[in-house]
Amino acid sequence: MNGFRADREGKPPHRRGLLAGALSLGGFVLSGCDRVSNEPQARSILDAANVLTYRVQRFLLGAHRLAPEFAEADISSEFRANGSTDPQDDEYLDLADKDFADWRLKVDGLVEHELSLSLADLRALPSRTQITRHDCVEGWSCIGKWTGVPLAEILSRAGVKPQARYVVFHCADTLDDGSLSEDPEKIRYYESIDLDDADHPQTILAYDMNGKKLDIAHGAPLRLRLERQLGYKMAKYVMRVELVRSYAGLHGGKGGYWEDRGYEWYAGI
Amino acid sequence: MVAREITASATIASEARRVVPDPPVRWFHRHSGFVRVTHWVNALCFILLLMSGLQIFNAHPALYVGADSDFEHPTISITAQRADHGIKGETLLFGRQFDTTGVLGVSSMNGQPTPRAFPSWSTIPSYQDLATGRRWHFFFAWLLVLNGLAYLVFGFAKGHFRRDLLPSAAELRHLGTDIIAHLRLRFPRGDTAKRYNVLQQLAYLAAVFLLLPLIVLTGLTMSPGIDTAVPQLLSAFGGRQSARLIHFLAASGLVLFVIVHIVMVLVSGVWNNIRSMITGWYDLGTAPR
Repeated sequence: MNGFRADREGKPPHRRGLLAGALSLGGFVLSGCDRVSNEPQARSILDAANVLTYRVQRFLLGAHRLAPEFAEADISSEFRANGSTDPQDDEYLDLADKDFADWRLKVDGLVEHELSLSLADLRALPSRTQITRHDCVEGWSCIGKWTGVPLAEILSRAGVKPQARYVVFHCADTLDDGSLSEDPEKIRYYESIDLDDADHPQTILAYDMNGKKLDIAHGAPLRLRLERQLGYKMAKYVMRVELVRSYAGLHGGKGGYWEDRGYEWYAGI
Repeated sequence: MVAREITASATIASEARRVVPDPPVRWFHRHSGFVRVTHWVNALCFILLLMSGLQIFNAHPALYVGADSDFEHPTISITAQRADHGIKGETLLFGRQFDTTGVLGVSSMNGQPTPRAFPSWSTIPSYQDLATGRRWHFFFAWLLVLNGLAYLVFGFAKGHFRRDLLPSAAELRHLGTDIIAHLRLRFPRGDTAKRYNVLQQLAYLAAVFLLLPLIVLTGLTMSPGIDTAVPQLLSAFGGRQSARLIHFLAASGLVLFVIVHIVMVLVSGVWNNIRSMITGWYDLGTAPR
């Protein structure tokens, strides 16, 4: 006889009982996983993996290793726009109406000299053009060509104070997902990166995409490119660059719009 | 003549005494502690990685060939489409379209047909939440890799792979007979049950040295940070989106492996098999016959 042999007591186990047991165990595991997912302590244990990822990747990457760059022929025919694609905030609409002639990039916080730069000012600074792959946290990728000012150029002109540890990008768009009913000022998109990434040669504030002026869907007039991390780090509609010692006091305290909603601050994975 | 025959049979009898101990040993220590611990850690990681992986897949349920996503031409996709009565689930697989309403594309959530690539019961968390799915996935990915590395070091150091998993030429010659025996659900017993049969050896070798390394490496290739540190991975797998496709196919291969593995455990003496993977001890006496 094959299959279920009698066990040592001589009682054959019930197949149906086994199946029911497996199914209820599965249900228990599932509801258990949902409960664990909502338990702050359990989440912080799961988070330990991301701290490990950050340390290991920073060790492997060093400060200046470049993300892969591509050829003109590799540029995607359709570059998907995600998150805000048409901000309806009053201040932004006014700026867009005048083709961003009145728009200024503010640079402040822990800097020696605060800056206020027009698009013409930015275009007059040294630029970098790069064809890179954009990876969305959802899983898709698009390849595009970006031209802009290396962030390091701007920071060296502003003079970063020694206490500064992070660069925060404040944006013009309100990407309200309905989960938080705060005032618009508090749910404006924002992001933060550390000084290692801020100094990286491919970290640029881009004003051109695929050889043309950046369009509204992709973040006009200025967006961040941070090629070694995922798309949600690359703030669009950037209005202000702030140097801070800690981002804990900003918005939800996790260093970014999506970070405040559960995504990892370090998005190199 | 007669004397010689007597001598010959005496020799056979004495050899038989030496080779076959009497009474035969019933309990056989089949799995070392290291294999047992890494097996169960691996099993836990696999199920949680699979289910959190399906959660991540659901965030963009389409797979492509190449570096970037050609949104109009996915290789595999699971979508919800408008139908005459409500919505239907459609699965595209290498150019073929299948109606998979109820399971893939459209499935029931709180009694309502809901657009969802993989159904609620197959994902962690059960509701749509990419951020949390990623947390689970990366935590257990680290555990899987560390457990796998420990297993590999042990396997090579102790000769586990050479001794137990590498089929001999003689065993390979038995491949055909073994396949037929498996299809007829006839399994080795007694002394032959002490050793993995050739089908087991090949399946385990494929899982350990092909599918698992493939799934880890293609997983790493999806990380923009790792792509910067080790761009060779991109050339090896033909770009990030190809890596994502291969990751999914390798996961499917592992699911197939696990299904066959569990069926084999069930039909070839379920309690004996489970006992030996928990305590190490396998009962040769009550092996199926």
